[in-house]
Amino acid sequence: SLAGFGNLMQDVLWCFSQVKGTIDIGVTEADIISTVEFNHTGELLATGDKGGRVVIFQREQESKNQPHRRGEYNVYSTFQSHEPEFDYLKSLEIEEKINKIRWLPQQNAAYFLLSTNDKTVKLWKVSERDKRPEGYNLKDEDGRLRDPSMITTLRVPVLRPMDLMVEATPRRVFANAHTYHINSISVNSDYETYMSADDLRINLWHFEITNQSFNIVDIKPANMEELTEVITAAEFHPHHCNTFVYSSSKGTIRLCDMRTSALCDRHAKFFEEPEDPSNRSFFSEIISSISDVKFSHSGRYIMTRDYLTVKVWDLNMENRPIETYQVHDYLRSKLCSLYENDCIFDKFECVWNGSDSVIMTGSYNNFFRMFDRNTKRDVTLEASRENSKPRAILKPRKVCVGGKRRKDEISVDSLDFSKKILHTAWHPSENIIAVAATNNLYIFQDKVN
Amino acid sequence: MECTLDAQSLISISLRKIHSSRTQRGGIKLHKNLLVSYVLRNARQLYLSERYAELYRRQQHYPDGAPLLAMPACPPPAAAAPPDLPALPLPTDTQDREPRSCAGVRGGGELLEVPVCAAAPPELQRVPCRDSSPGFYRVTGSAGPGSGGGAAGLLYAAGCDFGSGGAPHCSSRTTVLDLDTHVVTTVENGYLHQDCCCSQCPCCCQPAPGLASPPPTPGTKRKYYPGQEEEEEEGVEEGGEPGAGGVAGGPPFAPCTKRARFEEYNTEHPQDSSNISNLISIFGSGFTGLVSRQQADSEQPLNGQLCSKQALASLGAWTRAIVAF
Repeated sequence: SLAGFGNLMQDVLWCFSQVKGTIDIGVTEADIISTVEFNHTGELLATGDKGGRVVIFQREQESKNQPHRRGEYNVYSTFQSHEPEFDYLKSLEIEEKINKIRWLPQQNAAYFLLSTNDKTVKLWKVSERDKRPEGYNLKDEDGRLRDPSMITTLRVPVLRPMDLMVEATPRRVFANAHTYHINSISVNSDYETYMSADDLRINLWHFEITNQSFNIVDIKPANMEELTEVITAAEFHPHHCNTFVYSSSKGTIRLCDMRTSALCDRHAKFFEEPEDPSNRSFFSEIISSISDVKFSHSGRYIMTRDYLTVKVWDLNMENRPIETYQVHDYLRSKLCSLYENDCIFDKFECVWNGSDSVIMTGSYNNFFRMFDRNTKRDVTLEASRENSKPRAILKPRKVCVGGKRRKDEISVDSLDFSKKILHTAWHPSENIIAVAATNNLYIFQDKVN
Repeated sequence: MECTLDAQSLISISLRKIHSSRTQRGGIKLHKNLLVSYVLRNARQLYLSERYAELYRRQQHYPDGAPLLAMPACPPPAAAAPPDLPALPLPTDTQDREPRSCAGVRGGGELLEVPVCAAAPPELQRVPCRDSSPGFYRVTGSAGPGSGGGAAGLLYAAGCDFGSGGAPHCSSRTTVLDLDTHVVTTVENGYLHQDCCCSQCPCCCQPAPGLASPPPTPGTKRKYYPGQEEEEEEGVEEGGEPGAGGVAGGPPFAPCTKRARFEEYNTEHPQDSSNISNLISIFGSGFTGLVSRQQADSEQPLNGQLCSKQALASLGAWTRAIVAF
């Protein structure tokens, strides 16, 4: 049975399911996972890494013989999506790191996804081949051309089964449209267009057209000296193809309607929470910068992540979020060190579960947090090899802020800030989550009763 | 606000981050640099307000100004309250949070900053040139030309408020770091300033070649090292530069030709408070260098204009230069 919708926190016990990646002590930077995304059915799970590769896992069919192994994810396809490039004109190296992967809804036997690095978006087609033609007349089985004069009979080529092969082919390359670094891509609900956002601009593309895109947002000031904020994330509304939101480094969100004008520089709605002056510090601007924005599946809410909190906003209320969750407020007194070691610039993502009742985001020490919006309960879990016995139940973790540390607690100063969980994904309809911990991908499921 | 670092350290850390971002893979990250510039602004505001408080306190103790001349950091005898400062680095943001604005800082009679004396160890300073907007550093009217020691060590500022008649009479040792080319240029007595401001700042500048600079204060030397490694102040005379201008070869204040000693400097003088304010000017200088070389090259012939564009206190220059596209 599907455990999914309406689950309350106390009912869910998360268990280790799988972990992908090596256990090497030294992590190759290219193997660091930089994005994780389920497709619309949850059958496929894609990861992108700093080396420009995409790995797609497919969930195996559920077996009646082994119901507890509720569909493991196995490697389905691996391909090199982006390569490092060098822009000679500007003397700049363009990283091959995959910033985002977004799936298109499946419309035929093949799967399509968008992957992007800092500058170029690519549409990949992933398809299976399990038959191949045999019996050509003009070439032999190795492909070598036959001498036509040696052919005495004709035959009709037939399709014969072969070992399943999964091919990934780049179908479109959307390049040269972004001066600044692309941070987001989002497929429109019309499934014909998508947008790509960089620090200052958002472009609208049609999947069939690669040589031009429409600029729909441009916040670059005439005089760059007047720059005060950049775009940090953008997403289309899940149902209204004319609506999208984008977040800024100033902690604000703008909702735009493409019907109002071609250039959506004027927002339809502006979401901003007044700053709490008592919390003012050197780093106020940094920690208020939004690192991720996500519509709820219902389209009624948006969720934003900044350095210390996750916030849920009602689209009908612009002056403040309806919910604020502290992810790791104990870091507030450590901002100085986190600035020194650059951790304060980490961009955490956030995700909704399928029913929009639980939200999840990552933290340090390979911790990740879940917040139940209904019960207001939250839990901290850890992705670690130690907790990686099959179907082992994850034990809630707790960070000790001060005073006496209990046995199972970990003190703030013992946290490993090199182990950060920036990217997580939640299956669209089930309690299956994918958590990227540096170069490892953990898959957790709720315990089947 | 809890912070284990003082404002000075934050400033130098921030500048280092911006500097190193230039060499990171993937190009300059606009977002990160923007955020760092906010920290810089916040730290600078705190730092300067602390400095003014200190200077004001000293002023109370030494009203006649005489002991000031002997102090390493020599505040001009300005009794002005800490002037309003332009917020770093984004002008339009000033109104949002900070009560201070750029508006008030003009003309003489206002102390902005006192960098360093000749006696101080070599520091990396930027020589600001004429600036269209209020500068960080402004010589007070009373410490204008001819007032000698009162302006000892003063980094003259945007606006060139030196009154008429030529070069500021400072025995300042100023060192310019160009973060773009990693070149450090050291000049004494403000010649470099004059050179680069010459076309736009008639109040204090004279054409480079024939500039009539005030005679060097005894004991100080004018040093400019084109194409050479940075050396100790004492005893190294510059060589090879055409004319009497402070800048050899190419346009003044254009990319210099020395290796950066940025890291070394910070190692040697981590807590040299009197230099911190100058690090901010390095930032301005460096960011100009961040602008694409083509752009920088085309600006070189416009000496004063280049300087003005390097708007020390023009916050946007920082972000503008971040965009090295």
